[in-house]
Amino acid sequence: MPDTSVSDTQQALSRVDVSPAAAAFLVELTKQHGPLMFHQSGGCCDGSSPMCYPVGFFRIGAVDVHLGDLHIDGIDPIEVYMSRSQFEYWKYTHLTIDVVAGRGAGFSVESPEGKRFLIRSRMLDDAERKAFDLI
Amino acid sequence: MTVTTPPSTFANPGSPDAKVQFKPRYDHFIGGEYVAPSSGKYFENPSPVNGKVFTEVARGNAADVDRAVEAAWRAFDSWKKTTITQRAIILNKIADRMEQNLEMLAVAETWDNGKPIREALAADVPLAIDHFRYFAGAIRAQEGSTGEIDNDTVAYHFHEPLGVVGQIIPWNFPLLMAVWKLAPALAAGNCVVLKPAEQTPASIHVFMELIQDLLPAGVLNIVNGFGVEAGAPLASHPNIRKIAFTGETTTGRLIMQMASENLIPVTLELGGKSPNVFFADVADERDDFYDKALEGFSFFNLNSGEVCTCPSRALVQQSIYDQFTADGVERVKQVKQGNPLSLDTMIGAQASNDQLEKILSYMDIGKQEGAKLLLGGDRADLGGDLTDGYYVNPTIFEGRNSMRIFQEEIFGPVLSLTSFSDYDEAIKIANDTLYGLGAGVWSRNGAQLYKAGRDIQAGRVWSNTYHQYPAGAAFGGYKQSGIGRENHKMMLDHYQQTKNLLVSYADGPMGFF
Repeated sequence: MPDTSVSDTQQALSRVDVSPAAAAFLVELTKQHGPLMFHQSGGCCDGSSPMCYPVGFFRIGAVDVHLGDLHIDGIDPIEVYMSRSQFEYWKYTHLTIDVVAGRGAGFSVESPEGKRFLIRSRMLDDAERKAFDLI
Repeated sequence: MTVTTPPSTFANPGSPDAKVQFKPRYDHFIGGEYVAPSSGKYFENPSPVNGKVFTEVARGNAADVDRAVEAAWRAFDSWKKTTITQRAIILNKIADRMEQNLEMLAVAETWDNGKPIREALAADVPLAIDHFRYFAGAIRAQEGSTGEIDNDTVAYHFHEPLGVVGQIIPWNFPLLMAVWKLAPALAAGNCVVLKPAEQTPASIHVFMELIQDLLPAGVLNIVNGFGVEAGAPLASHPNIRKIAFTGETTTGRLIMQMASENLIPVTLELGGKSPNVFFADVADERDDFYDKALEGFSFFNLNSGEVCTCPSRALVQQSIYDQFTADGVERVKQVKQGNPLSLDTMIGAQASNDQLEKILSYMDIGKQEGAKLLLGGDRADLGGDLTDGYYVNPTIFEGRNSMRIFQEEIFGPVLSLTSFSDYDEAIKIANDTLYGLGAGVWSRNGAQLYKAGRDIQAGRVWSNTYHQYPAGAAFGGYKQSGIGRENHKMMLDHYQQTKNLLVSYADGPMGFF
């Protein structure tokens, strides 16, 4: 496995977070599917959706960046990845994985539940940009 | 064909005078008949027009996929032996049947997807019909080849079908995208297991019931369900010989990973972020061409922006920027939003609630990034019966190409607008994207038009036009937009393998032993 971490420093600051509703939902999904991970998609149709897979279902490669982990009580940390090329355009934003009512998202595990994960974004603040070597 | 005057608004399915009546439930179509899902489970299907459930659909799983693949292989033994003449006749009959029921299919498509009925009537269904006819003709005209290796040795090359193929269909053009994949696969003599999108699973069954008597049992099988439960088992099935997918990049990668385990080919269409480039000479006159270019500027509203090639980045040359964009914004303000079943509605509903939510989240990040909102920027409440439908106001942001709203396909009626100084900068911005599916170029100068079209890294460059999808024009992606070409006879290659017979007509031995 290549070293895909964006930054090992500044553990207090993270590029990714999870909403309370999504966290509770991920606990339920983990009971069904075992440990989970996310890979952020691009392109059309369900593109721009965070895809949630059982660990090992999707092969992470050297082209991917490990954005960080979601820490949720009661389950293993959930790793979040994105392709490096896409990250170049996303690196100035902080991502929060949320969940909304919805239907279908590729092979992501949540869609049979009538819900769908969704990315909420905000611009990184100055402290975060500094921590992530962006200024 | 009988010419009738359609009503100004088609009746909702479910009402007595509707053009289509959906069944309360759709099963899988396997082996020439409708069969219940092995799990016994169904999922509800709402219409984006009003947010209300109108049918329920079988929730497929790996066992259902197994059954469909087996049925398809049983059918393949005889289907592969049909003559190309017979297959072409069948495709033409399917086209005729669809044409006789065009309004029914169009209303079904609008109700399932939310698109304006005028688009379904004028584009989706007619293009699907023509696609069957195109491949009926293409397969008739296809020939193998012979090579004269030496005086006594001949290489014969035959086109043979692959066998049973899997096809995973997107939700933005549920019928047309299915037909783009079905027509070449069937023409080439393959049997198909098709999974419609779980967002839009109903209209394909209206089509299937309409034409099922024309195809031998098992040649076309439909397994409904969610991606994770039915799509993944299909894509990874050890007994399919090819998988075709239209969608996004992560699932595209996953499908390639699965295909690599089975050593089978894939075709992928994964979308883009298409630039639409307007050079200054567009504004030399205020004539029909200028009018056409303004329509080109407004084309991001087609299918409510849910098109893989949505011209969602407008690049306008600085010398005409103020006037042209002002005229463009005015043109977009004329886009009439309303009941998708009304003939004068120009923009309908987004296909699903989560799609609506995603679009709104991009409007939010666009504002945060500092893009200037020139139009729209919010959800539309059409009131009455449509108040719970998924509607968005046509939106125009002005900003820079490095912004996320310039880099990600929002898949909604959202235009990201910027300017360029000269030709080189236009090409640089146009190509500053991970994707390369579609692009548009507008110029009165033929040389500039040609040069830009060749310099833009995209599989389809519309030149002084946009959003035309005729059969016979190859469609597919450069860069991360996918693999393979649809909509052209070369698509037959994606559904065929080459059989070479190397034949010796020599009288004696070669002399080695």
